[in-house]
Amino acid sequence: MKPRFLVPVAVFAALVVVLAVGINHSHEVGVLKSPLVGHEIPDWELPVLTDPAKSLGSRDLKGQWYVLNYWGAWCYSCRIEHPLLLQAQREGRVQIVGVDWVADNADENAAALEMLSRQGNPYSHVVTDRDGTTAIDLGIAGAPESLLVNPQGVIVYKEPGIITPEIWRREFLSRLPPQSAVPAPGAGGS
Amino acid sequence: MRILGASAVLLMTVLLLAPARMAWAVDPVTLPDPLLQARYEVLIHELRCVQCENNSLADSDADIAADVRRQIRSMLAAGKSDAQIKGYLVSRYSEFILFRPEYSWRNAWLWSLPLILLLTGVAVAVRVIRQRVALVDNDDDPDISHS
Repeated sequence: MKPRFLVPVAVFAALVVVLAVGINHSHEVGVLKSPLVGHEIPDWELPVLTDPAKSLGSRDLKGQWYVLNYWGAWCYSCRIEHPLLLQAQREGRVQIVGVDWVADNADENAAALEMLSRQGNPYSHVVTDRDGTTAIDLGIAGAPESLLVNPQGVIVYKEPGIITPEIWRREFLSRLPPQSAVPAPGAGGS
Repeated sequence: MRILGASAVLLMTVLLLAPARMAWAVDPVTLPDPLLQARYEVLIHELRCVQCENNSLADSDADIAADVRRQIRSMLAAGKSDAQIKGYLVSRYSEFILFRPEYSWRNAWLWSLPLILLLTGVAVAVRVIRQRVALVDNDDDPDISHS
């Protein structure tokens, strides 16, 4: 007779285990897991910030490692991230392509250019996303957000927030081939 | 007393106005076709804002939510089905953005769990009731001697 009373206890214990595993494996709020990581980046092509008649896209960057960094002059967290990007550009391990996200900022492009001239330009190229169509296509939820893309065009990592020096070392540099020095156009003397 | 009453009125006003403020967050664009508009309304209530994850697209005023709403409108206008639109957004932002999980084999346990729990409860209840009924019968049985 006794073991029968253990059944509810066992069921309860099983429930505790299931819920504990579930809670431990649930991602943090604000960190959507991107289904695009590990897959080829959706084709994108955007106008160049300084010359909107020209454009740059995923096809132009095939064969190179790059970090695609979504940012905006309106974005406070992007300003916190900015020094790290400048530092990364000086290291020269990988080029950083900036996407200026206009969102609903009326004179975003002017503000973006001013920010780059005042605080330094860490980008090999800067393009503009006017209406967020490309942002959605790349699974971007907010700025700053960065994708690490390999020469085959596959997204190997996505950082859904500010890149800290720690994250840069652990998640970006560790995935790059050793000493893949890509001279970034516009980079200061190295 | 009068101050108390006045502040109560103020509080009531604020509470009554709060939902109205949230409603203003959504852009007042309407699609030309009322049928599309109806589908649009349903979609934006069923999809999560990717930035403020506990809001639906319908009541988020985040820039990205406005962009996703615009994207949904243009996909609707281009003749895409609800499933195609949801499928597209899931392929970009994962199934997490659906407030209602998909019916799929992967999610079968999720959808069937309430039914399984209900049936377990019924089975336990039936057993308990049967046993009690059996006890009552046995009470009248002269062959059984109580110890």
